Amino acid sequence: MSEAIIEIKDLSKRFETKEGAVDALKNISLTIHKGDIYGIIGMSGAGKSTLVRCLNFLEKPTSGTVTVEGEELSSLDHRQLRKKRTGIGMIFQSFNLLMQRSVIDNVCFPLEIAGENKKNARKRAAELLEVVGLSDKQSAYPAQLSGGQQQRVAIARALATNPRILLCDEATSALDPNTTKSILELLRDINQKYGITIVIITHSMSVVEEVCTHVAIIDNGNLAESGRVTDVFAHPKSEAGKALVLRDSRTADGMKEGRPIRIAFVSNSSYEPVIANLVLEFKTPVNIMYANTKDVEGIAAGEMLLTLPEDKTIGDRMIQYLKDRGLDVEEI
Amino acid sequence: MDEGMALMLVEGIRDTLLMTVVSTFFAYVIGLPLGIVLVVTSKNGLKPNAPVYKTLDFIVNILRSVPFLILLITVIPITKFIVGKSYGSAATIVPLTIAAAPFVARLVEQSLAEVDKGVIEAAQSMGASTLTIVTKVLLAESRTSLIVGSTIATATILGYSAMAGVVGGGGLGDIAVRYGYYRYQTDVMFITVILLVALVQLLQYIGMNISRRFDKRNKGGSL
Repeated sequence: MSEAIIEIKDLSKRFETKEGAVDALKNISLTIHKGDIYGIIGMSGAGKSTLVRCLNFLEKPTSGTVTVEGEELSSLDHRQLRKKRTGIGMIFQSFNLLMQRSVIDNVCFPLEIAGENKKNARKRAAELLEVVGLSDKQSAYPAQLSGGQQQRVAIARALATNPRILLCDEATSALDPNTTKSILELLRDINQKYGITIVIITHSMSVVEEVCTHVAIIDNGNLAESGRVTDVFAHPKSEAGKALVLRDSRTADGMKEGRPIRIAFVSNSSYEPVIANLVLEFKTPVNIMYANTKDVEGIAAGEMLLTLPEDKTIGDRMIQYLKDRGLDVEEI
Repeated sequence: MDEGMALMLVEGIRDTLLMTVVSTFFAYVIGLPLGIVLVVTSKNGLKPNAPVYKTLDFIVNILRSVPFLILLITVIPITKFIVGKSYGSAATIVPLTIAAAPFVARLVEQSLAEVDKGVIEAAQSMGASTLTIVTKVLLAESRTSLIVGSTIATATILGYSAMAGVVGGGGLGDIAVRYGYYRYQTDVMFITVILLVALVQLLQYIGMNISRRFDKRNKGGSL
């Protein structure tokens, strides 16, 4: 395993509001390693946006520490913190481009802040616009671009100062599915080409499945679980994890009768006609409620919802049969 | 209307414009930084500072709530101290500036407050200092609104300058009071009114055009 780049320890954040104190984050501890694409997922209001803002101290934690590349952020003074931030790029749901500046001047902006001279800045900006595929839009203004194009400009801008980390706060939430896919592909390219560690905040499990290597599930300010995406996808341990993994597949109606289970397979087991063999073996039909294959971390992963017969002994034996074939089975 | 009257009107236009332009300039010299400080120190600002904000906010409110004509008379000692006399267009610049500066501060505050919080946050995430954010984000992004504001300020100051005619403030307002009001020369009154309206229209036209030219947000369509 490569070295840790971001270490969050016992982080809590409390907001004082007129209605009293709100604990947005409670005792979160997480380690993100160099080169990870780390998804932080949760329902809206779970505290994930606050968490990502604690990673560059746009929000200061109430307690706990955030260590980025060996430096504990609360130990830095204003000037050091600003310097530190130039090594941490960030993109946002609403892109947050300077509307009165042209595309290339937007990308130059962080370089201006870092004190780079104009000529070098423009050269670097032009290179980055090439990376994000917008070379022909250099002198356009943000208002003339689509949402996906604006986010590409924002990505180029975030990369201008050669950061080692890129934070993405709901970066694809305002985009349509196709544009989302292309932005996620771009993020993966950037991760692979430049080795930049990426932290992705999202409420969408499909975003996590699409690009992330690791995931942390934040539920109501708590860290519900974290781990490799393949593991969490196969056996979500927490309630919040199950809810997220099963969210698009669970069908509330029609699942009441019988015994619903979820099978997940991330290996080559999909080649064996498991369900057909199961039915032949037990001479009892099972009902397939839902089936899907997804690309998780570049591996074909499948999931299937079945209802087993009500008979407990047959059901138990069926589950054992499936487990013996290396499938992850979860009763839901 | 004889030649003397025409000459006087031309001088009136010149004095009015001079008073307006110079007062607007000084009002911005004071009001622009004041507006910036108000935005920066406000509760949701870049550097919240309640004592500074509340003090400035109070002063601005007080000055804004004194009717101009009363302010004009109240500050006569200050005017005399600075200019040496209390009548004429040069003297009017002092009360005009004092009255307009807090107004300008509010306009500036309003414009800067409209800047998207997300864009400010983005600049902070890049490691921008407060000064950089003020100059390169707040002022640059709100420039259209600032220009519109300055047009409003100029037109208001022009209106105030005419009011100063009551106490011999010089310019077109002075002419309207002396000839139109005291001597019942309705034609002169009429001409000064038309000239004042035309000046305001002209200022509006120029201001709006400049602001449109500088706005990059609604250049619709692709390149």
